[in-house]
Formats: sequence, structure tokens, C-alpha cells
Amino acid sequence: MSANLQSATTATESTTKKLLEVSNLTLKFGALTTLDSIDFDVNESELFAIIGPNGAGKTSTFNCLSGVYKPQNGSIKLHGEELIGKKPDVIAGLGIARTFQNIELFENLSVLENLMLGKHLKISYNWIEAMLRMGRTRKQETIVRRQTEDIIDFLGLAAVRNTPVNFLPYGVKKRVELGRALAMDPALLLLDEPVAGMNSEETEDMARFILDIRNELNTSMIMVEHDMRLVMDLADRVMVIDFGKKIALGTPDSVQKDTAVISAYLGGATDEVIAEFAGGEV
Amino acid sequence: MSEFEIKPGLTGASKQLNFENSKGVVRSAIKRGRPTLYTSYETSMQMVNTNTKKVWLGLLILFALSLPFTSSGGWLHAFTLLTIYAIAGIGLNLLMGYAGQISLGHAFFMGLGAYTAAVVAGDPARNALGFGLDLAIALPLAAIIPGIVGLIVAPLATRVRGLYLAVLTLGLLFIGEQVFKTWSGLSGGAGNGRYSAQRILFGIDLNANTYAVGPFIFTPEVVYYLICLTLLIALAILAKNIARSKVGRAFAAVRDRDIAAEVMGVNLYKTKTLAFALSSAYAGIAGALLSILIGTITPEQWNLFMSIDILAIVVIGGVATISGSIIGAAFVVLLPVILRELTQFIPWLSVSSGGLINVFQLQTILFGTLIVVFVTIESRGLFGLWIRIRNYFKAWPFSY
Repeated sequence: MSANLQSATTATESTTKKLLEVSNLTLKFGALTTLDSIDFDVNESELFAIIGPNGAGKTSTFNCLSGVYKPQNGSIKLHGEELIGKKPDVIAGLGIARTFQNIELFENLSVLENLMLGKHLKISYNWIEAMLRMGRTRKQETIVRRQTEDIIDFLGLAAVRNTPVNFLPYGVKKRVELGRALAMDPALLLLDEPVAGMNSEETEDMARFILDIRNELNTSMIMVEHDMRLVMDLADRVMVIDFGKKIALGTPDSVQKDTAVISAYLGGATDEVIAEFAGGEV
Repeated sequence: MSEFEIKPGLTGASKQLNFENSKGVVRSAIKRGRPTLYTSYETSMQMVNTNTKKVWLGLLILFALSLPFTSSGGWLHAFTLLTIYAIAGIGLNLLMGYAGQISLGHAFFMGLGAYTAAVVAGDPARNALGFGLDLAIALPLAAIIPGIVGLIVAPLATRVRGLYLAVLTLGLLFIGEQVFKTWSGLSGGAGNGRYSAQRILFGIDLNANTYAVGPFIFTPEVVYYLICLTLLIALAILAKNIARSKVGRAFAAVRDRDIAAEVMGVNLYKTKTLAFALSSAYAGIAGALLSILIGTITPEQWNLFMSIDILAIVVIGGVATISGSIIGAAFVVLLPVILRELTQFIPWLSVSSGGLINVFQLQTILFGTLIVVFVTIESRGLFGLWIRIRNYFKAWPFSY
């Protein structure tokens, strides 16, 4: 019993270590303020979820984190290192991997090649060595291939290994995209709607993968998702944003009972509605 | 090499599959009855990874080597031209097929290679600039100088894409043509032209002697064909190696989804620049070899038509395949020769003017039609058709 308690306390201690610190993040497109002073942080090996109605700024947050958008103000720190102003490929090298809401795979490449692209930054040979395919190239290609096979095995993609991605069904593509991000051995994995458009069976598979990644690899994750059941089941903490503003941050339970969240999702809710939702099962 | 350690998590299957340093040592019980089973990642990732491919490739190379001894002068010229165009096609395919950057300026880089070779290895006593050096120096320079010019142009080209890139490279082509025309010390001036590089390789004058080894007679033309063929094979292997490496994957990533490529850690600018430089270097070598084959070069010949010819090789042969570029070159180079032969049998087809239609017109119509057909129906070109036929027979008697 005491051993259990001890492991529990060390676990909480390790989770309090900050991996990502975002403060005062502001993104504007002309007069439109897409993100308005967003603050949050993500702990080591935490599963952090961002939810909010359509157009709230969830994907914009991801685009800022991965360097695709350049925010006007604020700071994003990974392991204490500032990310704002760095190019996407540099940020990828620092340990952020992501998937996309609308699948952004390399359509004409096979599953294997897509996954091996995730290892791009792990490979150190240059183009001349690539041309001659001498020692280092051969060795690194073989090692990367072997590591890639591990991911293929983990995600159950062995049967479609050599199939060009554009021949694959939607659910499998989503899995390949997860695998490609996983191949980067990220410190922080950004999942943009991992189960969007999936049936319940595929959703369950994906949830299982996400849990496995967390348990076995200890990878921190930020997940944007509309499937509330998935978010409430998996996430450690949830942040809710609406019209670019953070309206709530906390455990799934506390967020569900938050009046601001309920009114954001249900419109101008009366006190009765709020009481009904906060009291009853959601 | 700590970064390449296998992660302890996931399934760990790759550890079990590590057969004796991946050298392919597998218990015979596993392999029994399956002679073609891959037993290591290294064998599965080989360039020629099946026995069937090995045999056919060997036969093809033998056939290519035997061609000069079995064909007459006109055909030999065509085959030499084929190898040269294939090199240019492979170069453009690296840029256009793999990296997805359309270029109409390929002929300019070919011209640049031709003039580099002509200046470095040209006869100093002739009408234009020439240093009379060996081809062993001139040919590498004919790759390096266009490569460097490609590097200089690339920063402009990486900023635009699609149609705009096509227009930009087209502009490059016209600027180049103008420079070649006006710089008469280099090119002999518009309408005149100049002599190309001397055929002296490693101190041996290739034009001087005809050698006979057993039944094989090596005329200067045969020797030159064999040099071009060797270069084609070497450059095709190098290109294939690039294509199946980290660099080739980065090219394809930039072509398919540039934003996702960047998020994966691919530097767009460096990748596109490398594609441009490599492609220009290939074009340079092809241009140098072409100039030596035809002997006299004029500034006007490095024009849009030549660029379109190379473009046709890539599109007809197959986008993003190295072997497709060679098939495409065979098609583009041999079709006119075959049409010319056909004039003897088809009355309405003539070699020059007169008759209903001449060979050049028919050839232009055919190329145009074929480009449209391949772009709309089979974007992988002749190579794609071959894959379809192969898959049909692989699956036979079933439909898939």
C-alpha cells in the first residue's frame, strides 16, 4: 500500500515538470483576432486536450506551435526554448510532431516511405553519400527501415506497407499519419482531430493507440477533438477556447460543469439549463 | 549511434527480426519452399531486388552493348542520341517528377554544359574560345558549371510554383539564348555557331583510330556510343540512389505536400535548391555530350523546342521513374527515325516538304497528342503502362 502511494506521489511529481509553456499567445489576421492571449502549459507525459466550437482557434493554436503561423505576440517554450520565430523544420527538430485535421500525407508515396519521412531528421548522411549509397547511407537506411517496421507493426499497417497512400481508405490514412508523426520520436505530439469522421470501431482503435503511445512511450500529447466522449475519457486536462479566448482549463470533470463552457456550446444558456447540465450526466 | 537505438516501447518486433546484423541469415525451415522470400531489409531495399529484374536488366544491358555492332550509321547516331536524351530526361525528372518543380529552362542548362565543354576542350586554333583540354576535365566541368548556375537561379525559383515557375524558367531560357547569341567569342555568334569539344579522352584521340577486337570493330562512333552508354548507366544509378534515399523522399514530400514536409523537418529551400542544382548538372552533361555528337553547335538550338522534347521524355516515359526516363528517351528519339523509315511505305508521308504531311509535322502532332493522352489517362507514362501489363499477368487468371 505504501509502495503504491509512493509511486503515486512520484508520478505526480514527474507530471508537474513543465514540457511546454505557452503564455499570452496572440495571433491576428488583419483586424481579426484569431487567438487572444492564450495561456497554458503541458506537463511531461500528459495528455492535454483542446476543445471548443468551430472556428474557436484550436487548429490555429497548433499552427502556431508547429511554426506554420507566426503569432504577433506571446511566447511558446518547449523545454524552456523559445519556439516563436523558428521555422517549421527547426521546430520539428526540437521535438514537436503533428498530424493534420485534413489528412496531409504524401499521396504518391507508399506507407513505408511516408513513415520513413518521419525519420528525415534522424538521418545524418548528405546528398553525395546518398548518391553513392556507401557505408553510412546503407547502414542508416537499414536501421531506419527496421525502426519503421516497428511502427508498422504497432499500428497494424503491415498489409499495406508498400501501397501508395492515395489508395488507402480514410481510417487507415489517419493511422498512417499518426505513424508518421510517431516516427519522429517526438517530445510532444500534436493530434488534430485524430478520430474525425471515423466510425465507433475505428475511434476505439485510435483511442487504444493513443493510450498505448502514452503508456509505452511516455509521449506528451495535445489533442484537438470534437468527440467529447473521447476527450473526457482520455485527457488529463482540458482547455476550452471560444472565439480565440481561453474560457476554461482544468480536469475533464470540472470543465464539464463550467458555466462558461456550457454557454459557449449551447448558446446563451439560462440558469435552469446550466443547472440541468451541471447536475445531471453529460 | 545512440539516436538509432530502437525504442524500448512499441512492440519490439524489429529486434526479433534482426537476423545476424540484417545479413539475411534465416533458418532454412523458414525459407523452405519460398526461394524469393526477403530475409533482410537490405535485400528488400536493393535497387534490383528480384531475380527476374536482375536477369532482364542484364539482358537489356547486353542488348545495348551489342547495338553498335549490329546497326548501321544512321541508327547508331540515333542510339547515341537516345543515351544523351535519357541523361537529360533523368535530370529533368529529378526536378520535375520527383521534386515537382516544372522547368522549361532545361535546354538553357544543356547549352551551358555544351559551351562549357566546348570552351574547356575546344581546339584553341579554331574560331571561338577554346583551351584544348581533355574531356576528362571538360565533362565534369560541364556538370559543375551548370550546377552552380542552377544554384544561383534556385533562390528565385524556390519562391514561386506551378505556372509561375514555368514562366520564370522560360524567361531564363530566353535570357540564355540571348547571351549565347551576343557573346560571339563564346558561341561563334548567331547563325554561325562554333565547333564543339575535341574528342580527346584521357589523352587518346577518339577520332584517330578504328580498333578491332576479335569480331568487334570499334569505329570512333561506336566508341563514343559506348562512352555515352556508360555515362548513362552510371548517372542513372546515381539518380536512382538519390531517389530512394532520404533526399528523394524529401523531394517527393515537397512535391506532394510542402507544408506537411516542412512540419516533418524537411527544409523546403534547401531541398528545392538541391533539386535544381542536380537537374542542371545532369542537363549540363547531356548538353556537352550532345554537342560532341553533332560537332557544330549554334546558339539558336538551345531553345524551347529542345526543352519541350525533354519534357516529353519525362511525361511520356513516366513522371518520377528513372527507368521511365530511358523508355521516354527511346520513344522520343526513335519515333522520328522510325517515321522517316516509314516514308518508304506510306505515300502521303514525306521526309521534307510536299505530300500531305511531312515527318516533322507528324512527329510534332504525335508528341502533342501523346503528352495530352498521358497527362489525362496514365500519368505514370509508358512506365505506368508497363506496370499495368505486368500486374495483369502477375494476377492472371484473376482480374486483380
